[in-house]
Amino acid sequence: MRIEEHPILKFNKGRKITFTFNGQIMDGYEGETIAAALHANDVKVLGKSLFKHRPRGFYCAVGNCSSCLMTVDGAANVKTCVTDLEEGMTVQTQEGKGVIL
Amino acid sequence: MFEKTGIPNAEMVMEKFPSIERINQGAVAVVECYKEIPCNPCQTACKFDAIKVGEDINSIPEVCFENCTGCAVCLSKCPGLAIMIVDGSKCSDKAEVKIPYEFLPLPAEGQIVKGLNREGRHITDVKVLKVLNPKSFDRTPIVTIEVDRKFLYEIRNIKAEV
Amino acid sequence: MKSAELAVIGGGPAGLCAAVSAAKSGAKVLIIDKNKKLGGQLIKQTHMFFGSEKQYASVRGIDIPDILVNELYKYKENVEIITEAAVVGMYEDGIITVLEKEENYFKLAPEAVVVATGAYEKALSFPNNDLPGIYGAGAVQTLMNVHGVKPGNKVLMVGAGNIGLIVSYQLMQAGVEVKAILDAASKIGGYLVHASKIRRMGVPILTSHTVKEAIGKDFLEKAVICEVDERFNPIDGTERVFDVDVMCISVGLAPLNELLAMRGCEMKYIPKLSGIVPVRNENYETTVENLFAAGDAAGVEEASAAMVEGYLAGLCAAAKIGYMPKDFSDRKNDYVNQLKNLRSGPAGKHISEGIKQIIGR
Repeated sequence: MRIEEHPILKFNKGRKITFTFNGQIMDGYEGETIAAALHANDVKVLGKSLFKHRPRGFYCAVGNCSSCLMTVDGAANVKTCVTDLEEGMTVQTQEGKGVIL
Repeated sequence: MFEKTGIPNAEMVMEKFPSIERINQGAVAVVECYKEIPCNPCQTACKFDAIKVGEDINSIPEVCFENCTGCAVCLSKCPGLAIMIVDGSKCSDKAEVKIPYEFLPLPAEGQIVKGLNREGRHITDVKVLKVLNPKSFDRTPIVTIEVDRKFLYEIRNIKAEV
Repeated sequence: MKSAELAVIGGGPAGLCAAVSAAKSGAKVLIIDKNKKLGGQLIKQTHMFFGSEKQYASVRGIDIPDILVNELYKYKENVEIITEAAVVGMYEDGIITVLEKEENYFKLAPEAVVVATGAYEKALSFPNNDLPGIYGAGAVQTLMNVHGVKPGNKVLMVGAGNIGLIVSYQLMQAGVEVKAILDAASKIGGYLVHASKIRRMGVPILTSHTVKEAIGKDFLEKAVICEVDERFNPIDGTERVFDVDVMCISVGLAPLNELLAMRGCEMKYIPKLSGIVPVRNENYETTVENLFAAGDAAGVEEASAAMVEGYLAGLCAAAKIGYMPKDFSDRKNDYVNQLKNLRSGPAGKHISEGIKQIIGR
């Protein structure tokens, strides 16, 4: 759900790149955050809560609340709302605490 | 009530309008700023000394209708988009109204669009006469519409359908 | 250990202005900001600002960071900027620790510090308030105005303060429908010109209403609202259901004060300033020598006030470490008058009262 035209803003997007989300190939733009790219692809559920496994999406979008943590390129607990998307990234929903070793 | 709804009542609106004689002489500003907030760019923008806020920038702006030429610079500068320009000099049964319109799609000149009142209700259809969006307005386009005179005190906004 | 004379923590409106002011006085300034771009919340504010010319009235917030950074550039020999760097500690011996880009950890021992860390969004408690689709208003602004992504299709805005009203308008500009704006209070909290703008778009503002619960399986699908009495208690039988896929929570901000508290300056809870703020003097100096605070971190207000507080704090911090320019008095009086003007009306009454309670140094 990207904004194509805006009355005040011009969105200067970087290069179009691809990444995978839970194995599915998706499009994004260089320079945007992982969470923004996912949201643009209508992905709202980014993970599950630790104990009750409730769906989690982002909340603050600025790196404060830890709601958006996902496993990216094998690394757990990545703050996707403040981490930039890169070509070929593998992004996965994180169940529980993720593997940190 | 105003503090609950954000909609000024008819009495409040009428106080901001000049006399019908003045409206029929030519374009003039109606500044719908009803509450004291720290803000004075309308005074800074006016080249004709027609708007006064004064030393205390919280004061409600007062319009000197004799000095006002209806140039609409204040309209594009008002951060609250609270100003409109009315002109009853062009036609006996219609009035021209200029409003700020910061949405897409911008209507086209000649297009008939929905005219809305202060509650956002569709009260009549209006014709778009002009759409100005120069760089100096900093992305606040000004749309001039032609409306039936009887809606002069109610018309406040438009809706341009996709 | 990195050397610095005057460290400004936070590159938003208060921080940038503090840096400009201090650099203008001749101090060597280091600005540290955790984001990639300077500007703080300014980079999302597509609307025109209020105030007067000196606070950039009529200029869109998004254009102000460039104006301030260009001002800073005039003093480029005296200014260093580190972005993507979070200040992670402020210790009692004056050492500040910084983590840059999550890997470069270093220490600073500045002679003076201006903390301009801003504020965070408060949350609201109701069943299922953790569903994806329920976002802070600032988050929605970031998504729309920075990334160009729609948060959803139908929004319920909770909170009719300035942020709730402004973000609702911005949502409509992005092509998103706002079904209603709620506020538990019996009056609209924000500027009524903002409210009038929204009402003439046909968006209802429901005062004395709150969210009862959110409904949805994996993400928000419906919101149940209800009326509340003067004590904010829900009134039975007034429930209404809205079909919305986004709920924007805009119920106020609170100062980001952890660094100040860690450093050990005296803090007080002042409701009129929206939270726990540092006790300070009229120069914005805290109870710790040479530690200043400005902007929302010193008390939640408006960006226009944050900028002037930044100018004032920067001027006074630089003066305390030996940079006393000839025009010190003129500049200080100018900033003090600007703040007085911004706060002297009814919109600034609660701030003035809050400030009376926090001045104590």
